[in-house]
Amino acid sequence: MPEPVIELTAVCRDYPAQPPVRALDDVSFRVARGDYLAIVGPSGSGKSTLLNVLGLLDRPSSGSYRLDGTETTTLRDGERTELRGDRIGFVFQSFHLLAHRSVVENVMLAEIYGGHPRKGRRERALGALERVGLGHRVNFLPDRLSGGERQRAAMARALMGEPSLLLCDEPTGNLDSRNTEAVLDLFDELREQGLTIVVITHEREVSTRAGRRVRITDGVLVEEA
Amino acid sequence: MHVRDLVGEAVAGMLARPVRSALTTLGTVLGITTLVITLGVAATAGNQIVGRFDELVATAITVEVPESTNGPLVAWDSLDRVTRLRGVVSAAAVAETKDSSNLSVRSNDLVDPARVTTQTLTVLAATTGLPEAARGRIVQGRFYDVGHVKRADRVAVLGDQAAKMLGVTDLDRAPAIFIGKHAYTVIGILGDLRRERNLSSAVIVPPTVGKQFGLRDVTRVLVNTSLGAADLIAGQAPDALSPGNGDQLQVIAPPSPTRARDQAQDDVNALFLILGLVSLAVGAVGIANVTLVTVMERVAEIGLRRSLGAARRHIAAQFLLESTLIGLAGGVIGASVGVVAVVAVSAAKQWTPLLDVRLAIGAPIAGAVVGLLAGLYPALRAARMEPVDALR
Repeated sequence: MPEPVIELTAVCRDYPAQPPVRALDDVSFRVARGDYLAIVGPSGSGKSTLLNVLGLLDRPSSGSYRLDGTETTTLRDGERTELRGDRIGFVFQSFHLLAHRSVVENVMLAEIYGGHPRKGRRERALGALERVGLGHRVNFLPDRLSGGERQRAAMARALMGEPSLLLCDEPTGNLDSRNTEAVLDLFDELREQGLTIVVITHEREVSTRAGRRVRITDGVLVEEA
Repeated sequence: MHVRDLVGEAVAGMLARPVRSALTTLGTVLGITTLVITLGVAATAGNQIVGRFDELVATAITVEVPESTNGPLVAWDSLDRVTRLRGVVSAAAVAETKDSSNLSVRSNDLVDPARVTTQTLTVLAATTGLPEAARGRIVQGRFYDVGHVKRADRVAVLGDQAAKMLGVTDLDRAPAIFIGKHAYTVIGILGDLRRERNLSSAVIVPPTVGKQFGLRDVTRVLVNTSLGAADLIAGQAPDALSPGNGDQLQVIAPPSPTRARDQAQDDVNALFLILGLVSLAVGAVGIANVTLVTVMERVAEIGLRRSLGAARRHIAAQFLLESTLIGLAGGVIGASVGVVAVVAVSAAKQWTPLLDVRLAIGAPIAGAVVGLLAGLYPALRAARMEPVDALR
């Protein structure tokens, strides 16, 4: 059996407060290669904490998190950063595109950290933009794009460097229904290409398109049929 | 991370807000400009002081001829060999002994009980080039010439003080003075001496006449050189005057120009220097302030970069480099403005601008260092930011 992309075992995350807040309570699940998983739940349920843990932005208080077979909870800060840049592509609700840089430059940004060669970077960025159907907008500034186009640019950036996991935080939260549809179609395409996708969302439309759905309530994770 | 990527990101970050970056550099520009102007003008003015110095002192050489038991060391006619040297503007040989320095001199033979008519004056013999060599001016009459010398004419030239003391004011009626028992016709009065001022209270006679007072041998040679030739002539003059015995002559040459220049450069206006440093410090605070604001504004960008795999040091390096570049830009602009100002001041004052290469190179570096120091704290703040917080 191949190594799962994500393997969470009994992960807890406590926030120091009086009394301590338990944002994740004994969370265990796996995501296999090529899975398309939606994490749903109301706000304050621990969705963001889970995303931060999955994205190696935050450390669980206890438990084990293996990403691509690497135990991450024992890694030092620098190694986690390296792994994050190497394996995870982030897609944010607010896109996080640099306003003063053209679309292709924003996509190229994904490769400046870590040991990627400078040579051919632009071509790879153009390829990624082609992949998300944005080949005709490469030299635009982000503020000239529609919301859907911006999110697709951000996804092209996340796809640079061939990550093993696409981690999306409310990717359609700022989009209208038509753009949402386009982004979801793109997810389907990418998944068909074999990419592993984890989407955190509270929108029913998004979660129903995913292959698997887990619900998180008060830090407890439940797999939905 | 590739260095070129780092530089690219820093430059892009700086150019993203061009107006703000330009305003941020302003403090550094002012500080560096003030420093460059202060140091540049001080150096230029210092050089100017040396320039004026040169004309009076730096071209004057005196050769002292010691007494010698076997014949004179310097013959009267050897002066020609010195005047022939390239770089010599004027020269004169002078004879003065202890005995000749207090001879009694009278302006007439009458004994006037109401006046002191007898003065004790220095009598010295000199060649015909003395007025030029002493940088003086014939106030009245004329100096004796080669003819007078050859014929051993009993003529004398008075220094202006000596003339006043002897009551000689008008040469029209060819007044005479008495040195010892003999009368001499006063044919000229020498004044406005800028060298050898003691000549103004002396009686000067031709060498052929001076023999009567024991002024047989040359005791001193005055030489004036053109600018910059003093060192060379100081080396050549003794041998020209006394071939074979040059080393026995004592040459008094002006201090070498470099030393004079060093002294002049100590005259740096300390107040302006402090002013420049203060504006530089204010500029640094300005950069620190704006960079800190920029860091706070770019929290989301920092979060994004962390999510893309940027380590803390990458974030720190980028902000540090941005502030350093802003400081460097301020330094370059400041140095340019300062240099232009120094040249403008020099042009207005008709000075030769003196621009030190080290200043032109050092000023931008100083600006960069200011930027670097100013960026330390903001960069540290940016690097310390937790990616989770930054992305929230």
